[in-house]
Amino acid sequence: MSYVTKSPWVIHYDGSSCNGCDIEVLACLTPMYDVERFGIINTGNPKHADIFLVTGSVNEQNKTVVKQIYDQMPNPKVVVAIGICANNGGIFRECYNVMGGVDTVIPVDVYVPGCAARPEAIIDGVVKGLGVLAEKRAAMEAKATVEEITEKEEA
Amino acid sequence: MIKMIIAVLAYLILAPVVGGVLAGLDRIISARMQRKVGPPLFQPFYDVLKLMEKERITVNNAMDFYVGCFFLFVIVTGCFFFAGMDLLLVIFTLTLASVFLIVAAFSTGSAYPQLGAERELLQMMAYEPMVLITAVGFYLFNGSFNVSSIVNGSVLADGNVHMAFPYMIGIFVGFLYILTIKFRKSPFDLSMSHHAHQELVAGLKTEFSGKTLALVEIAHWYENVFLLGFVFLFFANGTILGYVIGIVACLITYFFETFIDNNFARMKWNVAINTAWVVALIGMVNIIVLYYL
Repeated sequence: MSYVTKSPWVIHYDGSSCNGCDIEVLACLTPMYDVERFGIINTGNPKHADIFLVTGSVNEQNKTVVKQIYDQMPNPKVVVAIGICANNGGIFRECYNVMGGVDTVIPVDVYVPGCAARPEAIIDGVVKGLGVLAEKRAAMEAKATVEEITEKEEA
Repeated sequence: MIKMIIAVLAYLILAPVVGGVLAGLDRIISARMQRKVGPPLFQPFYDVLKLMEKERITVNNAMDFYVGCFFLFVIVTGCFFFAGMDLLLVIFTLTLASVFLIVAAFSTGSAYPQLGAERELLQMMAYEPMVLITAVGFYLFNGSFNVSSIVNGSVLADGNVHMAFPYMIGIFVGFLYILTIKFRKSPFDLSMSHHAHQELVAGLKTEFSGKTLALVEIAHWYENVFLLGFVFLFFANGTILGYVIGIVACLITYFFETFIDNNFARMKWNVAINTAWVVALIGMVNIIVLYYL
């Protein structure tokens, strides 16, 4: 049984967007939608986070930031791209400085479309992310066991 | 002796359970105060168990060592307290534990934990005088620094056994005030907090992750139960009624701290120091009164 699905802590980063999706992400934390019910905390610290919510497209200037936040998060971790800009660049796609969606820089696990994505859709996406998180945790465990066995065999 | 061992064992086993449930209650009550539903009661346990499952990322080995020492000395502090030993020894061990946490934060070399550690040092400056005054107050009232003696109440001039509360009200108020600092509640959650104040990311614990963070959390549960033990001492007079009043007072105190937490924004560090020392002055007046009692 994995506890990672019972206490998902999120970190939220905004690439180049119109802030519409950011407001919707924060709306999830308000009494109206209240995701704290599921143990979700908005941490603001990548080292404490399990789920990385990215809104907006990635451009040449912030691709290192996105990558760094992702690298600082301890495994198992899940990336949820929120809004059409984060999915594939949206209306910014053709801009000279825009790389496109978040998946051009880091691996994305869940795509939440919409402009702006509605809070219900975002919560749905995070819940889908929890499934992926549990899978990743199981894979981590399996890998650790395999490593243990090979170590024993080598010894 | 056997009673002592039982008390210590009970603390070791029950304190994290009680502390975790209190933390869960705190989160539910806080959520209700903000018109939210709040997480399940056992959410703090889920959080810690999850942190145990995470990948181990350590900045350096020294950090883990210091956090381990912090954990150990917080537990040792509580053990001394619940074994009924000297109150001064308890306070000094607690200070040592806090120092280890600060050193752990400094050892990471990262900007945010360092800022948090500096603020934690200032917080220690703020609450330490009041903690010492509390110990001195208990000594003047009871004639002993030993918790085992204080918990049985004190015989006053009228020949009856009394609890410390009405006589040490100034010290009690002062202790409540610094309890806000110790519980890391607003307005004095300067060095780190559980909430989404993000002006210094997560403060002291920014670089702690996974098992290290879980250890810090569990240490806080131990610490909180031990601090509520202090509140309990004010109401203990050796009778069962005293115990009941003490436990109810602990719960009310905890609720009160949650209430304060939800009604204040974070204040600047100099407010924390100035006001805590003014409150310590009230404690000092109480001590003078106790001296002539």
